[in-house]
Amino acid sequence: MNRATLLALQIAVGLLVLVVWHVLSTVPVAGKKILDPFFFSTPLDVLARTWKDFASGEIWRHLGITLAETVLAFATGAGAGILLGFAFARRQVLAAIFDPYIKAANALPRVVLAPIFALWFGLGIWSKVALGFTLVFFIVFFNVYQGVREVSPTVLANARMLGMNERQLLRHVYWPAALTWMFSSLHTSVGFALVGAVVGEYLGSSGGLGYKIHEAESVFDVTGVFSGMLVLAVFVIVIDTLVSAIEGRLLVWRPGPQTATAQG
Amino acid sequence: MWLTFPADIFAMVSLAAVQQTSVPRTQAATSVPSVRLSGVAISFALKEGGTYRAVQGIDLSVGTNEFVAIVGPTGCGKSTLLNAAAGLLKPSAGMVDIFGAPIAGLNGRAGYLFQQDALMPWKTAVDNVAVALEPKGVARGQALERARDWLGRVGLAAFADRYPHMLSGGQRKRVALAQMLIRDPEILLMDEPFGPLDAQTRQIMGNLLLQLWAENRKAVMFVTHDLEEAIALADRVVVMSAGPAATVVGDYAVPLPRPRDIAEIRVDPAFHEIHRAIWATLRVEVQKAYAQGERTA
Repeated sequence: MNRATLLALQIAVGLLVLVVWHVLSTVPVAGKKILDPFFFSTPLDVLARTWKDFASGEIWRHLGITLAETVLAFATGAGAGILLGFAFARRQVLAAIFDPYIKAANALPRVVLAPIFALWFGLGIWSKVALGFTLVFFIVFFNVYQGVREVSPTVLANARMLGMNERQLLRHVYWPAALTWMFSSLHTSVGFALVGAVVGEYLGSSGGLGYKIHEAESVFDVTGVFSGMLVLAVFVIVIDTLVSAIEGRLLVWRPGPQTATAQG
Repeated sequence: MWLTFPADIFAMVSLAAVQQTSVPRTQAATSVPSVRLSGVAISFALKEGGTYRAVQGIDLSVGTNEFVAIVGPTGCGKSTLLNAAAGLLKPSAGMVDIFGAPIAGLNGRAGYLFQQDALMPWKTAVDNVAVALEPKGVARGQALERARDWLGRVGLAAFADRYPHMLSGGQRKRVALAQMLIRDPEILLMDEPFGPLDAQTRQIMGNLLLQLWAENRKAVMFVTHDLEEAIALADRVVVMSAGPAATVVGDYAVPLPRPRDIAEIRVDPAFHEIHRAIWATLRVEVQKAYAQGERTA
């Protein structure tokens, strides 16, 4: 199947869903609409609402807040994860001592922390950043830890035989190995940063996409809820595309299925 | 089983002092061998307790310009000897002297060519070679220039900006060879470097190695399980017995003239003469190792 056909089919699926939704929620069958617009809204209403939000500029503030929270949660979580992942991998004593606590903390469902963070950091963005941090940190931490531990012993021995000191080993061997693993989990960790932000907003805040959805829900404004979900979905796709582009640039050295190996 | 030992080797790598040896440079005192192993024994701790003695009673010295090949049956501890000479592994008994001084930590005067891929996969070919000069304090610009020059010498000028996964096995070995030689080490340690390559590529790599070595002769310890390769390359072939507790059971000079061509030298009658003599010794050990394998299998 070529690209054009694939794209056409992908669009067709989307349109089909919208058309079915539209028909079921607007055309009465035996005097009754199958999907009550009060509970299900209609695609045109949702689009109109989304258009209005963008036109009035009101949505940008919420998008900005959610984006800021996501970026901050990712940056702090990834930073701490890299640092501690590195330290634990290089100092096995630390890893041995903290092992049960790390496991316990990771096993905890993070949503239960949201109210506590709201108490500690207030209803502003920092309680959401904290929630995202707890999600991102563990993903990056485990990946970096694994990455540093699993550096090929031959590559390491070779680097030592080339006369590298501890600092040079860190720079040329451990660091790139750790980064590889971190980037391989980039999609997951960025996704979790966003989940942290939105869930935090949903549970208590005065701005952001999660807040907007929650606000609409509390007044039974189903059109508002769907509109918020639509914006959120597009937002996630944009971020994910960005991450893919960054990943492609940074991991250019990694063998991919599309790169052929030279012969001879 | 004693299959635990690669892990142990590298456990020791991290323990064996990270610093390089600070052996005083005795300027080409020809009487002092580059590497001398005397009474060397190496044991590994077994997972289920006790120790496995890989080699013992090894006396072996390699002269300053000498190319020594070490052959022996699989699992006889050939690589272990190289690791001891490299300082990657501490012998449990005996002495390792590098240019007359006991080894301390890693052997900073040796280059090591590994059997497995040892290039940094996240660096291009030229970066992999250039980074070998960083510990010597060479500025990056100059290091890159010299690295490109070296890649040209191993026939990879056009592949300098490729990552290892974009290169074939033979090309990766060429990069590793350049990476080792650019530091101009006084001792070359090679652990079945061409083992994973196909027959033709091995011959090409063998000739390349001989050509580069002839330009700048260094002490070489070359481990291989391929007797023909050993004879074609080396000045001397050392035969090891089957493990455990493997030791040196034969030491044969290879008085074939140089320069040699690896492919052509194999049809030389003198080559066959030497091959027959060494194989007589090696065959016994290979059969012993094989019989052991059958028993434990």
